[in-house]
Amino acid sequence: MIDPVLDALSWISILGGVFFMIVGAVGVVRMPDVYTRLHAAGMTDTMGAGLLLLGMCFQAGPTLVLVRLILVYAFLLFTSPIGTHALASAALSGGVEPYRVPVEDAGRADSLRGGENS
Amino acid sequence: MLRAFGLGAILFIFWLLLSGHYTPMLIGFGLGSSVLVVYLATRMDVVDHEGLPLQLGGRFWVYFPWLMKEIFIANVKVARIILSPKLPISPVVTHFRASQESDLGKAIYANSITLTPGTITTGIQGQDLEIHALTLKDIDGREEDEMDLRVRWVERGSKRDR
Repeated sequence: MIDPVLDALSWISILGGVFFMIVGAVGVVRMPDVYTRLHAAGMTDTMGAGLLLLGMCFQAGPTLVLVRLILVYAFLLFTSPIGTHALASAALSGGVEPYRVPVEDAGRADSLRGGENS
Repeated sequence: MLRAFGLGAILFIFWLLLSGHYTPMLIGFGLGSSVLVVYLATRMDVVDHEGLPLQLGGRFWVYFPWLMKEIFIANVKVARIILSPKLPISPVVTHFRASQESDLGKAIYANSITLTPGTITTGIQGQDLEIHALTLKDIDGREEDEMDLRVRWVERGSKRDR
């Protein structure tokens, strides 16, 4: 059956994935507006799903299933940023104002990047 | 023409990997649907340097592990922010300059920025990327400039003149 070392690695990965999934969900609840929530949701796509799939890869071993799991992650990496981008740009063109922390150093972004801060 | 054959081969290998049943009938279906898709894609005129970017060659696979490393680091940072009781965010909309020439290069750069948690590309106009960042620290520029350079290398195969 499955190697105990592989089993342990698999468990570590899956638990790590679960951790990032839960933290991402907590982030979606805690963040103040749609843009900052997208940052939190992005975690579940990249690390959450990635570590879960990695854990499943260790379980699958060198089979055709392994190839399919890798393909699942590849398609996720191609599609999830497009979804995130579409949502963010739809919110922007819909006139949703990005949340800003009302602090004194609001102009610091300009000095850091040298770009305009619209 | 070469690209069409490449697309057909990739689609057929994809079919074989997903199918797992190797009877003559199913392999025949796979061949048939690959040829059909190649025909339709050719008719739609999408089999070009963007639809099937074979010209990137292996360079993308050199970039990819670095991107995964960056994604991991950014994930840990964002997780820390979310779990911290004070929620230390300072969201900001800013603009980056993309140095890539082709649309494909810009798309890779913009999507890489979106994939790393903490920064989202919200718009692109010419060479100007509009970025929403979760904290001011995320846009201090070091990672993004290096990412820009690396994507440019993926696109062109050289790191000269930014």
